[in-house]
Amino acid sequence: MAFLPVLLWSDLLVWLLVAGLGLAAWGVARTPPLRAAWGRVLHRRTGMAALVVLAVFVLIGLADSLHYRPRLADTPSPAEAKAAAGKPVYGVEVFSLLDVLLTPLRTQMEKTYSAPLATRAYAKEMQEVRQPDGSLVQQRDFPRLRHGGKHLGDNEAGRDDDVLRRVLAGAGCALLAWWGLAEILVDLLARARGCSRREAWHELWHRPPTSAAPAWDALLLALGGLLLLVVPLLALVPEYHVLGTDKVGQDVLYQILKSIRTALVIGLVTTLVTLPVGVLLGIAAGYFRGWVDDLIQYLYTTLSSIPGVLLIAAAVLMMQVVIDTHPHWFDTAAERADLRLLALCFILGMTSWTGLARLLRGETLKLAQLEYIQAAQAFGVSSWRILLRHILPNVMHIVLIALVMDFSGLVLAEAVLSYVGIGVDPTMISFGTMINNARLELAREPMVWWSLAAAFFFMVVLVLAANLLADVVRDAFDPRAA
Amino acid sequence: MSDLLSVRGLKAGFLAGGRVLTAVDGVSFTVAPGETFALLGESGCGKSATALALLRLLPDAGRILAGEVWLEGEEVLGLPESAMRDRRGSAAAMIFQEPATSLNPVLTVGRQIGESLARHRGLQGEAARQEALALLAAVGIADPARRLEEYPFQLSGGMKQRVMIAIALAGEPRLLIADEPTTALDVTIQAQILDLLAKLQTERAMGMLLITHDLGVVARSAHRVGVMYAGEIVEMADRQSFFGCPRHPYTQKLFAALPDLGQRGGQLATIPGQVPGLAAMPAGCRFAPRCPVAMDRCREQSPDWTELARGHRVRCHWVAGQVESVAAEAALSVADATPAVSPTVPALSGGGQTRAAPLLQVSDLKVHFPIRKGLLKRTVGHVKAVDGVSLELQRGRTLALVGESGCGKTTAGKALLRLLPATGSVQLEGKELLPLSIGELKPLRRRMQMVFQDPFASLNPRLTVGEILEEGVRALQVGTPGQERRQALEALLASVGLPPEALGRYPHEFSGGQRQRIAIARALAVQPELLICDEPTSALDVSVQAQILNLLRQLQDSLGLAYLFITHNFAVVEYLAHEVAVMYLGRIVEQGPVAQVLERPCHPYTRALLSAVPEPRLEGQREMIRLPGETPSPARPPAGCHFHPRCAQAMDVCRQAYPPLSHPESGVQVRCHLYPPE
Amino acid sequence: MLAYILRRLAYAIPILIGVNLLTFALFFVVNTPDDMARMQLGVKRVTPEAITKWKAERGYDAPLFWNGEAPGLAKATRTIFFTKSAKLFVGDFGAAEDGRDIANEIKTRMGPSLAIAIPTFILGLLVTVTVALMLAFFRATALDLWGVVTCVVLMSISSLFYIIGGQWLIAKVWRLVPISGYAEGLEGWKFLILPVAIGVVAGIGSSARWYRTIFLEEMGKDYVRTARAKGLAEGVVMFRHVLRNALIPILTGVVVVIPLLFMGSLLTESFFGIPGLGSYTIDAINAQDFAVVRSMVFIGSVLYIAGLILTDISYTLVDPRIRFD
Repeated sequence: MAFLPVLLWSDLLVWLLVAGLGLAAWGVARTPPLRAAWGRVLHRRTGMAALVVLAVFVLIGLADSLHYRPRLADTPSPAEAKAAAGKPVYGVEVFSLLDVLLTPLRTQMEKTYSAPLATRAYAKEMQEVRQPDGSLVQQRDFPRLRHGGKHLGDNEAGRDDDVLRRVLAGAGCALLAWWGLAEILVDLLARARGCSRREAWHELWHRPPTSAAPAWDALLLALGGLLLLVVPLLALVPEYHVLGTDKVGQDVLYQILKSIRTALVIGLVTTLVTLPVGVLLGIAAGYFRGWVDDLIQYLYTTLSSIPGVLLIAAAVLMMQVVIDTHPHWFDTAAERADLRLLALCFILGMTSWTGLARLLRGETLKLAQLEYIQAAQAFGVSSWRILLRHILPNVMHIVLIALVMDFSGLVLAEAVLSYVGIGVDPTMISFGTMINNARLELAREPMVWWSLAAAFFFMVVLVLAANLLADVVRDAFDPRAA
Repeated sequence: MSDLLSVRGLKAGFLAGGRVLTAVDGVSFTVAPGETFALLGESGCGKSATALALLRLLPDAGRILAGEVWLEGEEVLGLPESAMRDRRGSAAAMIFQEPATSLNPVLTVGRQIGESLARHRGLQGEAARQEALALLAAVGIADPARRLEEYPFQLSGGMKQRVMIAIALAGEPRLLIADEPTTALDVTIQAQILDLLAKLQTERAMGMLLITHDLGVVARSAHRVGVMYAGEIVEMADRQSFFGCPRHPYTQKLFAALPDLGQRGGQLATIPGQVPGLAAMPAGCRFAPRCPVAMDRCREQSPDWTELARGHRVRCHWVAGQVESVAAEAALSVADATPAVSPTVPALSGGGQTRAAPLLQVSDLKVHFPIRKGLLKRTVGHVKAVDGVSLELQRGRTLALVGESGCGKTTAGKALLRLLPATGSVQLEGKELLPLSIGELKPLRRRMQMVFQDPFASLNPRLTVGEILEEGVRALQVGTPGQERRQALEALLASVGLPPEALGRYPHEFSGGQRQRIAIARALAVQPELLICDEPTSALDVSVQAQILNLLRQLQDSLGLAYLFITHNFAVVEYLAHEVAVMYLGRIVEQGPVAQVLERPCHPYTRALLSAVPEPRLEGQREMIRLPGETPSPARPPAGCHFHPRCAQAMDVCRQAYPPLSHPESGVQVRCHLYPPE
Repeated sequence: MLAYILRRLAYAIPILIGVNLLTFALFFVVNTPDDMARMQLGVKRVTPEAITKWKAERGYDAPLFWNGEAPGLAKATRTIFFTKSAKLFVGDFGAAEDGRDIANEIKTRMGPSLAIAIPTFILGLLVTVTVALMLAFFRATALDLWGVVTCVVLMSISSLFYIIGGQWLIAKVWRLVPISGYAEGLEGWKFLILPVAIGVVAGIGSSARWYRTIFLEEMGKDYVRTARAKGLAEGVVMFRHVLRNALIPILTGVVVVIPLLFMGSLLTESFFGIPGLGSYTIDAINAQDFAVVRSMVFIGSVLYIAGLILTDISYTLVDPRIRFD
């Protein structure tokens, strides 16, 4: 094989989550009340738009969760290798599908900083310039970049024209693509409703106030916006560093895209830890009461009495000692960084389940007084079955709302923790490490602002989409709002 | 015009899902000074929305769409908001249904009254305090100086409603709007509040708009009545002709649906279907889909007012037609217009039946909840919710457990099913239940089941009706799974009058009455012999209540079920029960056959309770016995007879010893010192 | 009331013991002292002697919980658990890696932390409650709609951005205040303005939105309708009735953090170079100084429990239903 698939622990959990979500979606589709609630989410324009944006982030994150190690290029030919050692040798660097897609971005390294869309480096350097007369003169100037704007040749002044041309061409393509997608959607809608395409198109943009149809207009608008952003970017990426490069000359856009997976893993895998613990302990405390309740309350009061950051700091520090004293556990640096990421998720989960448990305990206390619970008890239905069949489905909306709302908090927390030095491994690209690395660059004269700005911008988009979705989900699922 | 309040063509609605749903559609009526006009209707008919719209107090989603409201000769719907605020509380004041939530929990009673005094009468400081004291005294609150400094949570329910009334009176209003003022209260307290309102009204010559769903309250308090149905007033009459000769088919049906002693053994008249939703109002007459005498014309054209007599008007095509044909006039008496009342004399008699071994025998049942206090949460006392109850119930018979809220009747019912820990003895056909382990109890569970009060809380919203019905069957392993069980479930639904398609649907798709049918079907799924019904109709409208009562009676006849029927409603007792036990503060004070206990009550509490029930008719109101005060806390019951602090006939011995059991009549057991045991 | 507070205090003891056991397990059971010595000494000099010396210098050379070799009571006291954890209860935090006394350090650093935290807390509360009241008053209008959207956007921005952006714009571009630093006494005010302002702005989004929900929930209650039926003006209804009731959940949610103000803010203090407990903690984390981190964990949980007790007391002050119970 030309590569060795690598299944990092976090990949496993991510794909487990995807499978779980698929299963949940199947369950939702079969349960009319839940389907109606999700219908209300899609009905709202903000909900639909937020979902589209989040879907793009998730797709990028998933592409970054298929890892492999390439066979080393300088190994002997396969036949020889088989004959010699029987084992091909693979590189120690772990790549992902996203890395393959972004090969130009990843490999076109500059020497150091360069501004967005620049053709020359950001700092002057001594270089030898051949004068027209053929002599070499030492001169301090901004050197040309190795890759950024290389295709322009000597025509550096034509950069603006070139960029504009590419952007316009990209925008044109984007509009074409959008038009195609809109056609497909209208076609599907027209077929589903059995009306003409014209009517479907009209109804798509002018939903009557009583209609419960999904907000297709928001879907199209969000898709349009994204296409207008992405396609021109694609046109620029091969020749320019659209968001500049950092200190070691790595493309900032590449770092941003790699950061997305880290943020998603932190936001989603943490819930895998939070969810079972919080749900189980929360509803058990509320339903059984008595000493079970006392014990669980003691547990979560104790845990939540330690200030979160400090508990995380302590746990991460200790985890780092474990990792550092057992270097033989890991084949690659990626695996080591991955373990630290997972440890961070686990620790974040351990500190955040208390809120969910407290919420669920309160709700279960109320539910347990309801008459349908007593009716089940009158039939002698076992306690665990009551928890599973009667309590759990009736608190799931709280769980869902809490999870969606936690997501954005976790993404923001990662940045702060990485900044403080107790977040992800310093070698792992994340919004937090980007901000941490870029922090001192603000003090440079002239200022290097693009890493920081890019990291903040993408983080805001991700978190804002999550927060908007959380709002819509809460409105749709909260029985008081309905 | 001398009218205090005149409403003309009022139309109001609520904004929902992008459109306005009309809740009040063209309502017109007047209230004169010193007069009580009652707006009567079932839940969802728009009577509360009407009241709120008059003062422009509709919630944020509410909209007044059309009409005029003239208050003291001034149109108020067009007033600017600041001028409207001057009218609120002074021209017209309002009291609400739920006194527990209508008072601000963090302000003292004095401040809440004082606000109104300052706003409308400019009273401050000592003057305001004196006036507040006078108001509290006027609404019958003892020790007003102390109560002034207290917070609402320190007052009982009846006292809170008195404070609400005092707040309303503070602005010296000419019109009092009372929105279901006694619905949340017990009958004895309801009687106190109704008397108080009547007295204040006479003293101050106020006009009163009384919103209620209770025909008994109307009979006791109103001068004139308007009947609302689905956002419209359908009949308007003075009290005499309303109770003497109701004309609209809906009104007639309402009267006929009331359970009464006269209808024992027969079927109650019911109104099929339910009140239409706001989003799906029928065209034409809104009652037409449920009306037994509906004609084609009713479904097409909304009827106009027909004046039958002075002050008696009806909106009905059928009545209008009848009036034209004089010959039919005689046929319009209530009795004739109410079908399905069987004239047969009830075959149920008091004593004398063969005394077989009882199905359920309860003796000395006690449920005590510990009160914990202090550093180590030591138990410092007990709330004696149920304190030594003994009962006997034969197969196929109904025992009604009656009492006011907090008397422990529901707790007793739940303790019988071991939903609560209890001591004493509960025997099901001689088998003692209380000492059994959970496993041993399981086979017995299928023999006794429960139907709960709130049809909205008693069905899990996340399960389909089929899953709900199947739960007990599966837990108790009754019957066989598969196709056979599905057929059994369908048969079960049919027996409570629901179609088989209901199996795959969710509870929220059903109305309150239908949900209660599902709850009954769930209990019946395991073929129990004893059904404990905990106020199964108290959350339902009268017309739907009749459907459920009929169903219960019919199931008893066909399946031989025994019912332990927990209720506070004597009319239901009269209709359904064979025997009755009256509870007060955790103990049974009187017990015996229904006919004897209801007609010749012995215990002073039973007598007071019965006399407090307002009868929905003109004559035959029972002699009034007014109970002072309210039920004490079961944590600290009075010494001696629990009832003595409120009893007009209390003697010295009552303060010292709890009365022993005595039998003033055959089959009747009483605990009262008035009847010394032989 | 006194009995109630005593009960709460008694309840705090098992929680503190729990916290202590938890941190002890985290610090000494997950990694043996040998691991930590190896880690601290670096890879090159790890000889068994060096490890023993490192452990002896710092008192890690005893057994974890039970010293069988020691005489009498010392069996329990001459252990790592006793020397490192039990002493925390009496305020003996020991020395940091650099040899300085932790308790002393905490005392001197408390002042700067509070100088930032208290104004941020009070101003923040005032601003957010005002904003939330305004949104609730103008509910279902364009102002409310855009206000809520603004809140969501504000809460989607990382607190790092507020600090970095604020420092850059206000201190560097506009040069209104010094970019960082701290001075004792009144003349130090110019150093405080920016961190306090940033702290307030960063908190507006989530708090104002949350308070708005509380206000709206209260405004839907029956007693508000009663107040309106009395003819009271909307402003009176808001301030006299709604605000008083809504303050119960708001205050009790807020009171719990008051004691924690002592701990300072990690980010603000490190960005603005303020010598408070927050920057002390960050420095300790970066230097992997376990003794300091452990002390801060302990102090943090003590303060949190104090916050819980304060919450209970404040409940009884603002809610008559609990006061008279």
